[in-house]
Amino acid sequence: MEKILLKNIENPNSADIAEYMKTGGYQSLPKALGMQPKEIIEEVKKAGLRGRGGAGFPVAMKWTFASADPKFPKYLLCNADEGEPGTFKDRPILEKNPHLLIEGMTISGFALRAEYGYIYLRGEYPAAKDILNKAIAQAYEKGFLGDNVAGKGFKFHLAVHQGAGAYICGEETALIESLEGDKGQPRIKPPFPVNVGAFAKPTVVNNVETLSNLPYLIGTGGEAYAKIGSPECPGPKIYCVSGHVEKPGVYELPMGTNLKDIIYSHCGGIKGGKKLKAVIPGGISTPILPPDKIDCAMDFVNMPKHGSMLGSGAVIVMDESVCLVKVCYRALKFFEHESCGKCTPCREGTGWLRKVLGRIENGQGMESDIDLLQSIAGNMLGKTFCPLGDGAASVVQNFIKHFRPEFEAHIKNKACSTG
Amino acid sequence: MFSETAKKELEEIRLKYPNARAALLPALYLAQREFGWLSPEAYEAVSSLLGVPKAITRGVGTFYAMYKHKPMGRNIVQLCTNVSCMILGAERLVDFLKIKYGLEPGGTSPDGQFSLVIMECIGACGTAPAMLVNDDFYENLTEKYIEEILEKYK
Repeated sequence: MEKILLKNIENPNSADIAEYMKTGGYQSLPKALGMQPKEIIEEVKKAGLRGRGGAGFPVAMKWTFASADPKFPKYLLCNADEGEPGTFKDRPILEKNPHLLIEGMTISGFALRAEYGYIYLRGEYPAAKDILNKAIAQAYEKGFLGDNVAGKGFKFHLAVHQGAGAYICGEETALIESLEGDKGQPRIKPPFPVNVGAFAKPTVVNNVETLSNLPYLIGTGGEAYAKIGSPECPGPKIYCVSGHVEKPGVYELPMGTNLKDIIYSHCGGIKGGKKLKAVIPGGISTPILPPDKIDCAMDFVNMPKHGSMLGSGAVIVMDESVCLVKVCYRALKFFEHESCGKCTPCREGTGWLRKVLGRIENGQGMESDIDLLQSIAGNMLGKTFCPLGDGAASVVQNFIKHFRPEFEAHIKNKACSTG
Repeated sequence: MFSETAKKELEEIRLKYPNARAALLPALYLAQREFGWLSPEAYEAVSSLLGVPKAITRGVGTFYAMYKHKPMGRNIVQLCTNVSCMILGAERLVDFLKIKYGLEPGGTSPDGQFSLVIMECIGACGTAPAMLVNDDFYENLTEKYIEEILEKYK
């Protein structure tokens, strides 16, 4: 497959506007500005584009809701708060291909009749901040942003808003709170951001990778775009693979590529020829899979049929040397640290899960602890404000579901067998 | 107090948003740069420049991990220990920093050169283990490589 999102990134000057324009950049924008906003949304619908942040929500549907709301101004927010552990798919777009994102946002802004856009960038990407600011300045200079975009009378302003180290701000309503200068604590829905979002105005929040699809999608047309990838989830997908593989990294492949092929063909298999123990397929919050369950197409529709989720497409591969009790404990330390504290099941539950997992890992677990973990997780699932609590609970449930004997052995032997 | 340059920067930032409150996160970053950390005086300055009550500026500031609430060393070593880095040896590196530089997680080395902050995922999982020193990424870390890197910042 030709590279669409990671096109040209081997070029050391790929972030420069001149280089971007040399390879066809900013050619879809005038085309889009010559269309009606509704026609653009129609193309996105034909393309079957789904949000790449993790939930896989149909983009055209979200856009239609926001467009239908009579309030103005409307806001377009780019979620660049890539914080799901294991995920590093947006970073190459932000650092190497910023103009692809800017062109994508301007097209999307026009489709939504939004006047203002913000890129909510995580604080941990300082290099990307400078690169994006420089790219935005270049785009203003060339007239691709501003009061009269490409001379077509469309007004669109874009700025970077830097987060400050809070995973929860990847949740769209927490992101909006944080943009408005508040603690990143999720809002109850409804109202949904498409009606009452940033500054109480209709707001669309889309992921970096999602918005970066727009230049190609508009250039080639929705129907042609829909031929890439799997029929229910078309398009290219950036998979990012870490852990015990020979060639970790980012891989832009057709959506729906088989997980086994990603690990064994594209990434060269398990590092040092060791035995595979487990795979987390879509970032730490997605259910872990044992080696006999990884023969599955990696897309939003298919993964749930195999007991997991595509999430952000962040594949973490673990070989036989890894202690999964320890990984589970580390994951829960993360969730406890990142819980925003707003709702009780998550605030208390993540701490309790971490505490019980910690004593099992340290050889002080009790026989009743596995039941206790199940009970705490069961009391969190479906009872929290936002998906962070669900993620934490389901991590524990799925580790126990597939690797219960390892937890039991820790408790029985009061030690770890993998060291 | 904010320097004149910082005040000007804040005015420019303020124009990017429909109200002053939305400029709070960038204003806290500026204050951190100006004061070295978010001291009570830093919060006082931000509150008065933006017209936002101190209870709010401090409440918001303390929510976020990247705002510092005590004086830091001259350089901030931000080492990731989340799962992808952990399974490739990040914990060994934490021990190494302790033994070699007297750096405890959350602490500052006795010579004031470095502070160590344990990070959640920093988005460098494919090149783990990884860290940021101030604003610079360093990846595929080993004990020897860390020694070379930190030498540059001394």
